[in-house]
Amino acid sequence: MSVRRLSAVQPESFAFKPETLEKVNWWIKKYPESRRQSAVIPALWLVQKQEGWVSEPAITAVAKLLNMPQIRVYEVATFYTMFMLEPVGSAALIQVCGTTPCQLRGSEALMKVCKDKIGPKDTLSADGKFYWQEVECLGACTNAPMAMINDYYYEDLTPENLTQIIDDFAAGKEPKPGPYNGRHTSEPLGGATSLLEASLYDGSAAKPVKIPNAPEAEVKA
Amino acid sequence: MPIAKVNGVEVEFDPGMTVLQVAELAGEEIPRFCYHERLSIAGNCRMCLVEVKPGPPKPQASCALPAAEGQEIFTNTPMVKKAREGVMEFLLINHPLDCPICDQGGECDLQDQAMAYGRDGSRYSENKRAVEEKYLGPTIKTYMTRCIQCTRCVRFSTEVAGVTEMGMISRGEGAEITSYLEQAVSSELSGNLNDLCPVGALTHKPWSFNYRPWELTKTETIDVHDALGAHIRVDNRGAAVLRALPRLKEEINEEWITDKSRYAVDGLARQRLDRPYVRKNGQLTPVSWDEALDTVAAKLTAAPADKVGVIAGDLQDAESLKAAKDLFTSLGIINIDSRQYGEAFGAAGSQRETYLFNTGIAGIEQADAILLIGTNLRHEAALINARIRKTWLKGAVDIAVIGEAYDLTYEYEHLGTDAKTLKSFKKSDFGKRFAQAKNPVVLVGSGPLSREDGAALLNLISAEVLATANVVRDDWNGFNIVHQAAARVGALDLGFVPGEGGLNTRAIVNGGLEVVVLIGADEIDTTKLKDSFVVYVGTHGDAGASVADVILPGAAYTEKTGIYVNLEGRVQIAERVVFPKGEAKEDWSIFRALSARLGKTLPYDSLSDLRQALITDHPTFGRVDVKPSTKVFDIKALGAKGDVAEGVLASNIGDFYLTNPIARASTAMAECSGVRAAPLIQAAE
Amino acid sequence: MALKGILEDKDRIFTNLYGFHDWGLEGAKQRGAWNSTKDILSFGRDWIITNVKNSGLRGRGGAGFSTGLKWSFMPKEVKDRPHYLVVNADESEPGTCKDREIMRHDPHLLIEGCLIASFAMQAHAAYIYLRGEYVHERERLEAAVKQAYEAKLIGKDNIHGWDFDVFVHHGGGAYICGEETALLESLEGKKGQPRLKPPFPAGAGLYGCPTTVNNVESIAVVGTILRRGAEWFTSFGAPNNAGTKLFCISGHVERPCNVEEAMSIPFRKLIDDHCGGIRGGWGNLKAVIPGGSSVPMITAEQCEDLPMDFDSLRALGSGLGTAAVIVMDKSTDVIKAIARLSYFYKHESCGQCTPCREGTGWMWRVMERMVKGDADPKEIDTLLEVTKQVEGHTICALGDAAAWPIQGLIRHFRHEIEDRITLYRSTKSNFAGHSIAAE
Repeated sequence: MSVRRLSAVQPESFAFKPETLEKVNWWIKKYPESRRQSAVIPALWLVQKQEGWVSEPAITAVAKLLNMPQIRVYEVATFYTMFMLEPVGSAALIQVCGTTPCQLRGSEALMKVCKDKIGPKDTLSADGKFYWQEVECLGACTNAPMAMINDYYYEDLTPENLTQIIDDFAAGKEPKPGPYNGRHTSEPLGGATSLLEASLYDGSAAKPVKIPNAPEAEVKA
Repeated sequence: MPIAKVNGVEVEFDPGMTVLQVAELAGEEIPRFCYHERLSIAGNCRMCLVEVKPGPPKPQASCALPAAEGQEIFTNTPMVKKAREGVMEFLLINHPLDCPICDQGGECDLQDQAMAYGRDGSRYSENKRAVEEKYLGPTIKTYMTRCIQCTRCVRFSTEVAGVTEMGMISRGEGAEITSYLEQAVSSELSGNLNDLCPVGALTHKPWSFNYRPWELTKTETIDVHDALGAHIRVDNRGAAVLRALPRLKEEINEEWITDKSRYAVDGLARQRLDRPYVRKNGQLTPVSWDEALDTVAAKLTAAPADKVGVIAGDLQDAESLKAAKDLFTSLGIINIDSRQYGEAFGAAGSQRETYLFNTGIAGIEQADAILLIGTNLRHEAALINARIRKTWLKGAVDIAVIGEAYDLTYEYEHLGTDAKTLKSFKKSDFGKRFAQAKNPVVLVGSGPLSREDGAALLNLISAEVLATANVVRDDWNGFNIVHQAAARVGALDLGFVPGEGGLNTRAIVNGGLEVVVLIGADEIDTTKLKDSFVVYVGTHGDAGASVADVILPGAAYTEKTGIYVNLEGRVQIAERVVFPKGEAKEDWSIFRALSARLGKTLPYDSLSDLRQALITDHPTFGRVDVKPSTKVFDIKALGAKGDVAEGVLASNIGDFYLTNPIARASTAMAECSGVRAAPLIQAAE
Repeated sequence: MALKGILEDKDRIFTNLYGFHDWGLEGAKQRGAWNSTKDILSFGRDWIITNVKNSGLRGRGGAGFSTGLKWSFMPKEVKDRPHYLVVNADESEPGTCKDREIMRHDPHLLIEGCLIASFAMQAHAAYIYLRGEYVHERERLEAAVKQAYEAKLIGKDNIHGWDFDVFVHHGGGAYICGEETALLESLEGKKGQPRLKPPFPAGAGLYGCPTTVNNVESIAVVGTILRRGAEWFTSFGAPNNAGTKLFCISGHVERPCNVEEAMSIPFRKLIDDHCGGIRGGWGNLKAVIPGGSSVPMITAEQCEDLPMDFDSLRALGSGLGTAAVIVMDKSTDVIKAIARLSYFYKHESCGQCTPCREGTGWMWRVMERMVKGDADPKEIDTLLEVTKQVEGHTICALGDAAAWPIQGLIRHFRHEIEDRITLYRSTKSNFAGHSIAAE
């Protein structure tokens, strides 16, 4: 991967919105008091949710909040590829999975759609609405090919329905995430081949059970 | 002790050692790039791979693997050879191989190890990676394409220097070493980063393209830019001193030196006094040695002894001080002082322990509580500060500060800024813990002790701090004066202080004397010396020379063999690297020549005779390179009762990079000073 | 209806795998989660560890190490440092998407497993580290954790009598954080660079405290295993390869899917019964990556009568890994498929240690040329040697993972690479290395 750097153009300042700060503080409480640093990835992520990307003033603000040296936050922000270091599209950030399982099922055609409709990858579109990337395996391989658009997974895509999804985002709509070939989730297309037994869901599994292999003393009691 | 086998040879080792250390015990060389004894173990370069049994059937990184009883270590098997060749090939595929134009060439770990452990050629035919340069400040020149990402620089700056500014950003083959937003590394130890860099990625900016290492003559000597007496090696080519590098000395500098000790050497070639001068019609005019000495002799003969004052400076060797003291004492002159700043310690007849750094530099590591009074240790004794940080990192040391709250790279409790704080010290929480401490240490800066009320302050410290805890006792001496000058302790040891009723520095610079002799004294206020006849013996056209009526050019520390006593009281000998500039002479011989003209010929004709006299008169000088064992002293004798003024107890160092004439003549120091001069003061919490 | 596959529905652990039912606490309880958990804890930690060991459960994250044995490495007594359970939900191995289904559809099985495992290792806190991209899954899991707290199943003074907190944490896009020590670094708020071992996490893990890191599936199956008995679990699969397993079948099958099956199910049955067979029929199969991108591929011939389990695949020089089966039919350019994986490993190398940082880029560049055929036949052996120079020389297993796919490719499809080079050269009047022959 290429070197990840801070954007050449940076805002003057950054301030946490109250609701962002509240969420960051909620994360900080998950870790021991002396380990605030643990919250750095969630904090940067919330910054990105607030601003769309991670700027230098934001890195400094996170460093201060978590009592970390700036360079350590900078390292984290450049190490993890989910952090966008320059402004992204106002309507959608489209991240097409390009790794082999998706490639085998047509991710290249999806990227061609993105290229044709939005422009070169890793570049803000001319209208500022879109930004698309090729990313590495997103962990939805049985629903390949797929893309993550603004945090959610759009699965079992074809060039046609990706085109439609992009058009919808451009029109200000919010297309529904999930599989686009009629499946519910990751069951085989056309109907599950397992988990069809009704008794699994009639509550019989909730009845008290006797645990097998109980220790001797427990049996007597 | 457990035993392991290295290539079939049994070796006994201490528990806790790594496989690499055990292999070295057995005399096997293990190549490495990332591993460094004084840094945390990174294990990332993979050059130190060895075969270990029992263990998995693949080579192991020996730097990180604990040695175990009965282990069999192999460093010369085909598996190890292949592994090293592989790692070396990987290191070189993206390395530019621009050795002919690389400043590291000739002393490059990568070059040496490629010769010893690499394959004969590369099979890499793709394009090489290029990495953009980074600005890291005035001492570090970067050529980041050469970087092998060993992270020694990141670990040094974070761990030893205590400035968490360097890091490795991005990842994979795009990983790059940088400081945050390419800000200058804000450490006074930054030059050590260049030493640590095993390749030519970080090199010494002030010396770039100045030399090839194999052209240089190397002399092992002692540094004089602070009072530690760090062990250094000074390299010269012909008459030019080109660089100073640290040498290993566990008790003093480990293997680090400050940027001043290292990069001020270019000041040895600038602003130099290379011939005698006499002021004629207001102009300093070059003259012969005879004329200059005759002029001085005439003035000294004419002036009454009580109208003559002598001040010695910070960089003087003990021999010249001994010769000067003998000469002026024989003339009946008692207005002599070596405490340029007016420090309130070391008066005639004081016990040595009252002005030494008694705990010793390495002794700091035994401390469990440390109180710093009025010192910016980072600037006054950066390597002692690094020791405190090292001790602090290990945990279990409680640190507090009275005085200005400087950024010292470790956490401390700030008890207060002025002398009043001392009076409530024993009642403070820290004071109570300090009283209970096993090995308490007090460091007193020479800044506050140079104030008019210095003696009273010292007395107060004695009563309120030393008397309330186990600081000075039979088996522990935790009382320490933080000296700043290499010459100071030696001068005090040989009694270079006013005689009974004599004037001290403060009184001499106050004016009114007929003749004032400045022996390398440039840190004084010279404004009131205009009416006196000023004789300046020294090396640089600095403060002293500018008011001088006669200039007698002396030798800088690299141009003479001289004894220096460091702040611990350790006697060390600096060696001559090059000859004095032009007509300049070794300082002692100037006083010897002058004594002959005054009819008080000093009883030594050679440096060895002089040293003999020095040791005879002051036996402490005979114990070279030994930290004196400190004796208990009467803490009540410290300072003198008196009123202590208000005001912040602060360091007297304004600019770390410009504390002496050599540093002030150095362009490298000027650049450092421009970038990061002001002492960092901690933000008020 | 004829049984598809070999596992019966009554023996499936993840009964809401596809999310057709209520993921919440009530639904989970109806399906058996949290049933008699208190009884299980009442038998004590030794009993739990012994029974997990007896069940033959092998870690589901890829390495296949005995889960019960791993738990037993934790210090027997809690001293000055607390113990932690860390659940590895950084599911990033290409081909793998099983933990995702557990977290969004059966989260309570995971939370229950966390309680049981933590109790067994005397941990009062568990961190579940999700990959950052699983935003929906994280939201679902957070909601389930909240339900569990509200129902006093976990938290302080819960009905199980073991004070226990579950914290959900997430990453920021780094495959390497699936390596357990990199995950711990990341959880501590640093770059995800693997640590040197020793010390192992059981001695010094999260925040320097004794820690066990387990895969989501390994933890989520524990409650059901103990409820139904170790023997029930060992009744599936070949000896030493016990239990049921989530398989993720992607690539060139008619109907890609996730499915829970018995371990050791024959490959062909798995594909034919659940995925509608190979695209274009069994005869159209070219190669299979049977356990996530890191394991070497196997050929169609090797897939005949192949039981899908740890030992059978290891015998073929490959591995079960995460049981993520990537199927490639005859239309596949296998060189390109593997080159894409090489890009993946180059992209995901943390950059810490030399062989991986430099080697992954080298291997990828050579692979890209081989896709075109723009290479010298000698370079195939050089490439193979480079993979051997990376393999086994790195701090973590990413180096091995980057090397194995290429080794698998060369092992089985060397002829295709050679043909590609010949074809490329046949279309060029001049090519790299051509002029050297004249010398």
